Amino acid sequence: MGGSGRPPNPPTPPGGREVRPPASADVRAPLSKDPHAPILDVANLQTHFSTFGGSRVIKAVDGVSFTLHEGETLGLVGESGSGKTTTCLSIVGLLPKAARIVGGEVIFEGEDLTRKSQRELRRIRGRRIATILQDPMASLNPLFTIFRQVAEPAFFHQQLRGRSLRERVQHLLRAVRIPSPEWRAREYPHQMSGGMRQRIVGAIALAGGPRLVIADEPTTNLDVTIQAQYLDLLKDIQRETGVALIFVTHNLGIVAKMCDRVAVMYAGKIVEQAPVRELFNDPKHPYTRALLGSVPKLGSKDPLYSIPGQPPNPASLPAGCAFHPRCPEAVPRCLTDEPEDFHLGDGSVARCWLLKDGVARP
Amino acid sequence: MASPVLEVRGLTKHFAARQRLFKRGAAWVKAVDGVDFAIHSGETLGLIGESGCGKTTTSKLILLQEKPTAGAIMFEGRDIADLAGAALMAYRRAVQVVFQDPFSSLSPRMRVADIIAEPLEIHTQLSRDAIRGRVVEVLDLVGLPPDVAPLFPHEFSGGQRQRVAIARALATDTRLIVLDEPVSALDVSVRAQIINQLEHLQRMLGVSYLFIGHDLATVAHISHRIAVMYLGKIVEIADSDALSTRPMHPYTKALFAAALPSHPDDPPHERVIAGEVPSALHLPSGCRFHPRCPSAMPICSQVEPVLQPRDGNGEVACHLY
Repeated sequence: MGGSGRPPNPPTPPGGREVRPPASADVRAPLSKDPHAPILDVANLQTHFSTFGGSRVIKAVDGVSFTLHEGETLGLVGESGSGKTTTCLSIVGLLPKAARIVGGEVIFEGEDLTRKSQRELRRIRGRRIATILQDPMASLNPLFTIFRQVAEPAFFHQQLRGRSLRERVQHLLRAVRIPSPEWRAREYPHQMSGGMRQRIVGAIALAGGPRLVIADEPTTNLDVTIQAQYLDLLKDIQRETGVALIFVTHNLGIVAKMCDRVAVMYAGKIVEQAPVRELFNDPKHPYTRALLGSVPKLGSKDPLYSIPGQPPNPASLPAGCAFHPRCPEAVPRCLTDEPEDFHLGDGSVARCWLLKDGVARP
Repeated sequence: MASPVLEVRGLTKHFAARQRLFKRGAAWVKAVDGVDFAIHSGETLGLIGESGCGKTTTSKLILLQEKPTAGAIMFEGRDIADLAGAALMAYRRAVQVVFQDPFSSLSPRMRVADIIAEPLEIHTQLSRDAIRGRVVEVLDLVGLPPDVAPLFPHEFSGGQRQRVAIARALATDTRLIVLDEPVSALDVSVRAQIINQLEHLQRMLGVSYLFIGHDLATVAHISHRIAVMYLGKIVEIADSDALSTRPMHPYTKALFAAALPSHPDDPPHERVIAGEVPSALHLPSGCRFHPRCPSAMPICSQVEPVLQPRDGNGEVACHLY
């Protein structure tokens, strides 16, 4: 860390290596003792972008709710502009200036993150919530060694110094399968391959011993064999640490491989949420069905189902159900009324008028 | 079978790597190292492999953006290295390309009509009206209405832009289109549209495709035959069905093992190969895949295997067979 003069964060508990961060002294709701309580409970989250001095409002996230338990993986699936990344940025409080959370709450381990100040959030990010982004080169600083970057969370959040810090870094690098970590720690990001860089970002994410990792398309830039290695690694780490994962992706193959539950987003809303098997076996929403049908499958040459039209522009969404202009099953009601959530027997929730009377299929 | 549209024989491209001061003897990156394949009329050849395997260099050689170090590219029976003047222009008309990212492959300052008309202005003597007519014709071919002609690329979504790029590639009397990851940059719901459109155009026009990709399922879906490249060599080439149902080369098997499941209940693949693609500057001896190969034998590090006929059809380069 080069004994940098940056002030360490104010009173954080003296961190032992594997000590889960106990509550800092600030005011917080008492942690629920219920072991089945979710780690993360997002309820009716609404994040809007306002442009032109507030004259135009874009509802990037419009009433999103989901929960996540320890050791669980949620896949957040959607196309560009569907609001999946904005949902994640709202959770960690890293929204751009033009965006504001206008409603709902994000309860993480019993605390509402939407009510926290940036200073409080800084103590949570990188320690209890970590993020892995798509482009590792953009997440890593090209001017600092790998050691310095992997050590940073342990330095600030757990106050590790000297030898214990070095050991912690090597332990983390070994955990993400970096060969000869004592060597590699002295190198710079440009000396690594793409897959290795993404594993370094993974090591940084794990450095604070997080309870929740948000991974936003972490393997999009990787080759297929490297992608498979990385996904297997994430699974192993999850098994060892019980960390909860949110996997943002547009790749249904990754969802099938990694996730326990899936939330499909379209135009700022979750249109279907279900356990992964139910979603693949019996997709309820026409958009989910269309998505599944449009993906080529190995060993099948059947023509792909192609969804007509383009993903909607979030600035001018169609009335009623936002999917109705592209929906092959739309009924008159879809053009005018927005569907609500319908809870179905198998744990699925979907927003579609066709499901109103418990009918699974028209 | 009729003679192929395009045939590549012993195609080789070596790039000189940076030489160190006082250290003579150039190091060579063997980006493409003796590649053979043929593409027939109305056929799609898929080219898969990981980054650095030479698939993009191969496409650049075909597009005359690079000169081969050795080997020949035969187009309709003629070596393109011998082409000059009008014959060369005819080749450039017949072989077109669609790139991965339609946000950077279309000039933001040109209207769609001008983007599509440009190859016609360069390559044909058509009158302005005839060019305008042809633009509307190819727009219709790719499923765009004629009234998009005066618009600029930024007014389109990714999928529509890729349609414009395909329309441009079809504007001249095109025989072969090099598709360099044409759907990777698109939204999932739009990918199927473009793949279906490409298949439809091929059935209608008999155009051939060289489809470069890394997503196995997509390449297998659109291709008739697939060539698998590893570090500048084709390690296996076969009919798409034969290759997907019975991959033989350990690298092909590894690619399939690494492919993502299409359903959560798909049986997990047992082994994913370890390690990463080695540097093309320091190629392993013998078989280039042997350091990562789960079934490597002593001979693999000494003798480089050559392509041999494999079961059913196609060829495989591996000492196991």
